[in-house]
Amino acid sequence: MAKSKQDLEKSSDKNENEIALRETEGLSQGQIIRRRFFRHKGAMASLVVLLGMFLFVFSASGIHLGSAKQPINIAGWWPHSFKEIDPEAALKNVCSNGITGCPTLDILPSFIDGTGIKIGDHPLGTDILGTDYLALVTRGAEQSILVMLIVGFLGVTLGTAIGAVAGFYGGVVDAILMRVTDMFLVTPTLVIGAVIGFRFGNLGVVPLALMLGFFAWMGLARFVRTEFLTLREREFVDAARVAGASDRRIIFKHILPNAIGIIIVSGTLLMSGAILTESALSYLGFGVRLPDVSLGLLVSQYQDTFNVSPWMFWWPGFFIITIALSINFIGDGLRDAFDPRQRRRISAKERASAKEAKGRA
Amino acid sequence: MAAVRLALFAYIARRLGMMLLIVFGASFMAYNLEAISSNPLQAFAENTAKNKTYLMHQLISQLNLDVPPPLRYFMWLRGVVAGLWGHLDLGMTRDHQPVLDSIALAIPITFRLVIASTILAIILGITIGMITAIRQYSRFDYVMTFISFLLFSLPVFWVAVLLKQYLAIDFNNFLEKPSISLPFLIGFGLVAGLIMASLIGGSRRRFYSVFLGVTLGAIGLMKLISDTNWFIHPGIGIIGVGIFAFGFAILVTQISTGLENRKSLTAATSAAAIVTVGYYPLQLLMNSKSSFLNILLVLVITMGLSGLIAYFVDKIDRRTNIRTALITALLGTLPLFLDRLMQEFGGYMTSDAVSNRPVPTLGQVNDLLSDQQKANFWVSSLDGIMHLILPTAALTLISFAGYVRFSRGSLLEVLNMDYIRTARAKGLTERTVIVRHGMRNALLPLTTILVNDFAGVIGGAIITEGVFQWKGMGQLFNQSLNTYDLNLFMGVFVLSAFLTVLANFVADLLYGVVDPRIRIRK
Repeated sequence: MAKSKQDLEKSSDKNENEIALRETEGLSQGQIIRRRFFRHKGAMASLVVLLGMFLFVFSASGIHLGSAKQPINIAGWWPHSFKEIDPEAALKNVCSNGITGCPTLDILPSFIDGTGIKIGDHPLGTDILGTDYLALVTRGAEQSILVMLIVGFLGVTLGTAIGAVAGFYGGVVDAILMRVTDMFLVTPTLVIGAVIGFRFGNLGVVPLALMLGFFAWMGLARFVRTEFLTLREREFVDAARVAGASDRRIIFKHILPNAIGIIIVSGTLLMSGAILTESALSYLGFGVRLPDVSLGLLVSQYQDTFNVSPWMFWWPGFFIITIALSINFIGDGLRDAFDPRQRRRISAKERASAKEAKGRA
Repeated sequence: MAAVRLALFAYIARRLGMMLLIVFGASFMAYNLEAISSNPLQAFAENTAKNKTYLMHQLISQLNLDVPPPLRYFMWLRGVVAGLWGHLDLGMTRDHQPVLDSIALAIPITFRLVIASTILAIILGITIGMITAIRQYSRFDYVMTFISFLLFSLPVFWVAVLLKQYLAIDFNNFLEKPSISLPFLIGFGLVAGLIMASLIGGSRRRFYSVFLGVTLGAIGLMKLISDTNWFIHPGIGIIGVGIFAFGFAILVTQISTGLENRKSLTAATSAAAIVTVGYYPLQLLMNSKSSFLNILLVLVITMGLSGLIAYFVDKIDRRTNIRTALITALLGTLPLFLDRLMQEFGGYMTSDAVSNRPVPTLGQVNDLLSDQQKANFWVSSLDGIMHLILPTAALTLISFAGYVRFSRGSLLEVLNMDYIRTARAKGLTERTVIVRHGMRNALLPLTTILVNDFAGVIGGAIITEGVFQWKGMGQLFNQSLNTYDLNLFMGVFVLSAFLTVLANFVADLLYGVVDPRIRIRK
């Protein structure tokens, strides 16, 4: 019994390998990776959700960049701004429990509660001053996304550069760079973030993100270094060197493309971490401050009124979680795509059709 | 041999030196960052007191603000270096307390919080991670993957608010009239059945029979709990302790030697029998005057007797039998303690300090407890545990996901190794292959993660402590930032930095001990 089961396993192993091999015949490495990624349902769904959210957030609230003195503002399509104060709007919609600024969004169709689907003028309600909550939340999400992108970009660039140099040159350079990395690494992110946020939080989100990014490269640098250490011993690097390639060429043309997988994967993790760090800092009061808003700040403001106006608490949380979750799934998809040992699950249907094709041949 | 020892000694010395250098560098950086970014004189900006200048000068001289931060760092460092010959001085806080005293008060509180949640997260995370790896691509795997990603993406402060509402406030309200409604009963049963059935897996028929059995069992159990007012007067009783003990006996035997090994099953079940039979006699040891020593004594008694019996079960495989019996006795005694704690619950809940709302949302102990209650080991432990529930749940939920992902990936990687194929080819049972050859190797890298997690305590607990108002290291840190207390900040920082480098060092050493391959390569 046991033997026959093992035999079966072996033959199915072989079949799966054949199916997987035939699929990748004649494709470049990039094509294979892209295919694997596109097949990861969770990652693809997350990509769609994330892009949809980016589009929604930035088109609704517009784009606000630049400093306080020279702002660059492009207005979005949503009529209310997060700075707008309109006490009458809050009084217009009152919930059944007497809370003003009730959300006008109603997604239950009329055959369930009899009121029908409508969006209304303040779908997520308003706060006590009458500021539209959708405007507040999209503004917060905009800030979070900005932080995430900046921290991700800075962290990946710095981490790759430092890790690559340390791993490629080794020796004294490596020792010094790695001790510096350790020095940054022993400092808890939140501690550094809090110190930075305390100083730079009131300057707006971009300086905060720049500073956070400056302290976010260590994990990635370590990964890249390890990757470079193993890659530089490989034959193709020796071959390139014998052929007279410069260090720069070897790093950029020969090693870096091979290490790109680990860079991209750790980069996505870095980004999902960044969004959580930023919201935690703002929650603690060390990040983005009033009158500007961020998702963490909104959660901290409305956590005590959870009983009476739960939507004020749910929505910012929903945005944080959706963004972080999507990024994590995309990262997972990328990891699977870049992992050469990763074998896709061959479904029973595919196995059957492969068998049939074999039988016909 | 001597050369090897010398090399090891040199290695340790080099690492220690490097550690000191790293902590020095990091603390220098942090000191300057904090000194530049905070301004203790800011409080005077809106001060209109007549002696404002005097006060400012006083503060400047007290905090040495006239010395530039890089130099001031060395003034601070002098006290730390004095620690080398036993006169550690981290300076004074702004309220003129020694920083060391504040930290000494805060650290046990933080550790209690973090150790509880880390242990829970590890046990749950590794178990579920390994099951998902064994059942890769199953429905259970997909669901757990999604859940762990979801937990990974949750902000802890957001979870904390939900826990406070649903686990504490609503549950306390529920306790006023603790009867479970029918829809909840059915829903609970279905969920429990679904989870158990997907955990056990197997053929479709087995899935449905397990599902049906567990669903009905869970509904019945909950109904019983609801009808007997169990939430007000909880307890396990000798029957419950027995069920737990024999359950553990079967589980431990199954994992460690397999149920077909009758000798170790005998050893394990006799350990369970000892715990069950000892239920009433051991109550005498766990009286109201007991202390932590009594707990140890109970454990020594149950484990000692179990080990003794296991010794006489058979000459062959004596060590395995004793090991199985000892683990069973250890696990089986835990419900005994739980039962003892539960016996105090009724009185604890109705006491004035608690006034029928037993799940607290804030703080680490109930200060209102009467002296008599505080003196009773079981009541004060129960109080501590009740306060631990919410923050532990929050931290566990967040860190659990990491362990699931980690152990799943690790086991999957190990199961692809050649030696697993060899083990299968030798005809070993699947249990032996997975437990002995797979899990053991998969757990090796865990040492690193585990040690680092304990070291990351302070950073990790900042938010949780804030939300639940625990007066631990995280709160000290918050306080230091808000009051521009540089000495306090540095005290917390240096401790956390030192713990981190120490943890890295210990992890490297430990890894060499548990994994001989590392040593050979070196």
